[in-house]
Amino acid sequence: MNTVVDIPTEEVSEGIPLSELGPASPRIVAAYGFWLFLLSDIIIFAALFAAYAVLSGATNGGPTGLELFDDKHVLEETACLLASSFTCGMMMLATERRQSGLTYFWSLVTALLGASFLALEFSEFADMVQRGDGPSRSAFLSSFFALVGTHGAHVTVGIAWLIVMMAQIGTLGFRPMVVRRLLCFSLFWHALDIVWIGVFTVVYLGAHS
Amino acid sequence: MNTPAPETGEADRAPGSHRSGRDRLRSYALGLVLAAVLTAASFAAASTNLVWGPSIPVLLAVLAIAQMGVHLVFFLHISTAPDSTNNVLSLAFGIFVVGLIIFGSMIIMANLNHAMMPMDQLLDLHRQH
Repeated sequence: MNTVVDIPTEEVSEGIPLSELGPASPRIVAAYGFWLFLLSDIIIFAALFAAYAVLSGATNGGPTGLELFDDKHVLEETACLLASSFTCGMMMLATERRQSGLTYFWSLVTALLGASFLALEFSEFADMVQRGDGPSRSAFLSSFFALVGTHGAHVTVGIAWLIVMMAQIGTLGFRPMVVRRLLCFSLFWHALDIVWIGVFTVVYLGAHS
Repeated sequence: MNTPAPETGEADRAPGSHRSGRDRLRSYALGLVLAAVLTAASFAAASTNLVWGPSIPVLLAVLAIAQMGVHLVFFLHISTAPDSTNNVLSLAFGIFVVGLIIFGSMIIMANLNHAMMPMDQLLDLHRQH
């Protein structure tokens, strides 16, 4: 028994020349439009990365990254985000099969992993501010809080979006519109993980050298 | 669901465009394993003494770019399939702009720092007026 529900567009496009396909399905168009948004979002992060790269040495006599950052803490944050990226993929598989129970389950796991990432990040920020090493201490710390804080804000928005999507599945069901929005959410979530790769490499591991 | 199996075999499919649910599950699992290995390698490279010190930033950059590639292919499903041609093109443009912003800023600011008069000479200049 074939329980796997394939994505319709992939069945249609099989074997037909590209020139005779006609307009792309709403699913492809929505994903492409959202992809353009994500790229512009990543350009915002590029500007923050550039600021960090330029200012990372400007500690104004304050603490350097090597004194402030704890690798074990960062590894935990990374593990949370990577695992949540995987569970987000599992949620999308459940959505494509229209299994609402599994979709709720995996979205709950994704949201919890995202929330634990945020909790770890918040405790790190709170520690630093409490020791007087807040964003106003030096240009290095300003750029650090701007970059990592913007990423954290994105994760917060992502969790709120996921909660809204679960409410929409509860009230509207698996309509094509709702599934498309959920697809856009998964793109957003995976893109945030890609930005985090840059953050832990440049900011946290880069502090060693 | 009695649709006949498509003529094209598995080998004809673009990498990253997996059809069946089991294929896609395998793709996510493989992506998770690869990303975890690359993350572990990054953290190990930063803290170990086994690698020649000055080469560590390059090693970290290579590992990060590899992991971003893994995420793009296995999680975001960017592939060479016709459906994602536009996505690949815009991604290339995005990478170009990101590189321009980051490396452009670093080059310009390093140049400015280099051309900047040392602070004591600058203060002398102020006192003369």
